[in-house]
Amino acid sequence: MKVLTVSGSPHYHAKESVSSLMYGVIFSLIPAMLVSFYFFGLPAILITLTAVVSCMFFEFIIQKYLIKGPITIFDGSAIITGVLLAFNVPANLPLGLMVIGSAVAIGMGKMTFGGLGKNPFNPALVGRVFLMISFPVQMTMYPEPSAFTTQLTDVLTGPTPLTALKDGVTQGVPVSEIMAQLPDYGRLLLGNMGGSVGEVSAIAILLGGIYMLIKKIISWHIPVAFIGSAALFAALFWLINPEVYPDPVFQILTGGLMLGAIYMATDYTTSPMAPWGMIIFGVGCGLLTMIIRFFGAYPEGVAFSILIMNAFVPLINRGLKPKRFGEEVNNG
Amino acid sequence: MGGVHPPENKLAEKQAIERLEPPKSVAIPLAQHLGVPAEPVVSRGDQVKTGQLIAKGEAFISAHIHSSVSGKVKKIDAVTDASGYRKKAIIIDVEGDEWEEGIDRDEGLQKQCDLDAKEILEKIHNAGIVGLGGATFPSHVKLNVPRGKKAEYLIINGVECEPCLTADHRLMLEKGEEILVGVQLQMKALGVKKAIVGIEQNKPDAIQHFTKLAKDYEGISVQALEVKYPQGAEKQLIKALINREVPSGKLPIEVGCVVHNVGTAFAVYEAVQKNKPLIDRVVTVSGSSVKKPSNFMVRIGTPVSALIEAAGGLPEDTGKVINGGPMMGKALNDLEVPVTKGTSGILIFTENEASRPVEQNCIRCARCVTICPMGLEPYLLAPLAEKQRLEECEDERIMDCMECGSCLYICPSAKPLLDHIRVGKTRVGKMIRERSA
Repeated sequence: MKVLTVSGSPHYHAKESVSSLMYGVIFSLIPAMLVSFYFFGLPAILITLTAVVSCMFFEFIIQKYLIKGPITIFDGSAIITGVLLAFNVPANLPLGLMVIGSAVAIGMGKMTFGGLGKNPFNPALVGRVFLMISFPVQMTMYPEPSAFTTQLTDVLTGPTPLTALKDGVTQGVPVSEIMAQLPDYGRLLLGNMGGSVGEVSAIAILLGGIYMLIKKIISWHIPVAFIGSAALFAALFWLINPEVYPDPVFQILTGGLMLGAIYMATDYTTSPMAPWGMIIFGVGCGLLTMIIRFFGAYPEGVAFSILIMNAFVPLINRGLKPKRFGEEVNNG
Repeated sequence: MGGVHPPENKLAEKQAIERLEPPKSVAIPLAQHLGVPAEPVVSRGDQVKTGQLIAKGEAFISAHIHSSVSGKVKKIDAVTDASGYRKKAIIIDVEGDEWEEGIDRDEGLQKQCDLDAKEILEKIHNAGIVGLGGATFPSHVKLNVPRGKKAEYLIINGVECEPCLTADHRLMLEKGEEILVGVQLQMKALGVKKAIVGIEQNKPDAIQHFTKLAKDYEGISVQALEVKYPQGAEKQLIKALINREVPSGKLPIEVGCVVHNVGTAFAVYEAVQKNKPLIDRVVTVSGSSVKKPSNFMVRIGTPVSALIEAAGGLPEDTGKVINGGPMMGKALNDLEVPVTKGTSGILIFTENEASRPVEQNCIRCARCVTICPMGLEPYLLAPLAEKQRLEECEDERIMDCMECGSCLYICPSAKPLLDHIRVGKTRVGKMIRERSA
């Protein structure tokens, strides 16, 4: 008689797999990548390639020689970590530092906890914060955007809008005067400003985010809560004192807020599981970002705020459960 | 809340129901329903007629069983049923097809009924009718509203949200009037004024047909429902139709509802109006490799192999045969198992379709949480169940799981979520029983 497979139901399985989701995220990053290649030229391409190759390399080495388990470097997750890490550094960061950053992101951020799905903190942000603390000078030399540049050395650098703001406000310059020196909102939206490789173009990141929402790769909860709460908080302070606090539109369009809200905070492994948990997580990220921007020593707070909220995820998951069917019934 | 969208693959939806002749021999299990198995009232060597009572279900939750064929009782013995276990069955060698007296075999529609509620219930009980949607709960028990509760709505399930299956769909198209008469009889038995037939939007012909027919039946309305799985699960159906949530651990009657499948309504019609006990049912035979996807009207006890033969034979590259739908059905390891009252379909999967994707680490994507129709957290329940942390499983409401399979279906890491949860439910159930004992 024929040998039949016997297994528990269901007997259908959705087409989605871990790698199809990961490559979906990578595909959605293409607009942001193209914009950064346009504004920051060859250095941006080199830094992105270096990060991706290094992340895959370190994951391979660790899986082969330390864990001695299956090699999963093509599942797409290491590629995402590489791309996002590169997106979070200045385009002209020395490539050697990028390699070190990748080793930290993959080794310390991901593999040390057991690899894919086990890490409590966003690996790319672990890498970025490590670089920022260890190499603060190189990590704050932001090149001025210039179309299709192939220049690799002696690049003109300048402050990001957020650094300029922080410096100005600290010296007591009114916001309106600082803003006059900064690119207008149209330029900020496109990404024509100093900043990390992939964070500059709000519009390109938004495009990627919309793609991921349509493809149901991410849900709206975290990005909306993150950006919304940051905007509300910023608006509150702006209404109180517009000479010290710029308007919320500026806050959203500058720094890593869009990249953080749409790509970094939505990382599956390091964000909550239930809808309300996701919203609380997003609100936490948004508020912490603005608190650091307004009152902290750093001009930018996205990376720290997400990492801090990552640490709260197990508690959030414990406390905020999805709405159970038939739990609190009101059939009146 | 929740839900998934598996491919529908309703290959047999255009195939009219075809009556299959009785096989040479049938095996009629004594436990075809939820509850206590029936007790045989015939013995080896007895001659039986089609429709004759052969086993009595006298317990509070049980159902009578009738012979689906005429012939001689060969033996009462254990046979493997769809669950994979060996269970007691009455095996009958078929001789001709001589029916029990009093059964009206005329196909003509019989609308008129002068019986009162009690008499209707009695007939349903005598006919051995159970829920034909798959749960096989004895119908007369469901229709007998417990003291202190009040039924307000009779809900008729024509959703058929399982992919591949088309048995209910065909029955609705071909026996629409009969079903509606059956619904009316059930309304009378329950003493309710309102009945709603819920049909998924992927069956526009059935919706149209029923909407038209229902105009002549007072109190019966038809409602089209969004296509999603598991739209036809009892609690989800009630929620979708009248926006009431059945409380955790409770039955639909808690919110004034009794839910019956369209197939059950048809069986009620036949029992009350034609005196015909439940001895046959519609079974879909389908699959991508099946030569002739079909819907058969089959006598209970017919071996599954006979159905596959009638649909063009078992394809060469068969890797799996499923009793039921692809989401909740059971894989068979023996094709001689009999069709029972709960068999809605026989699906044939090729070798390629037979296996699951390779399991990977959970990436905590939260898909299982998002889609769980009961609002549970499968990613959490599965490891808790695996580690036998049963109290925590209970706190996380593992017993609310209806095993719809959506979590395992959607999981990009192909974690065996439901496998662990199912075992966990058995253990937690045992723990709860021991505690109250």
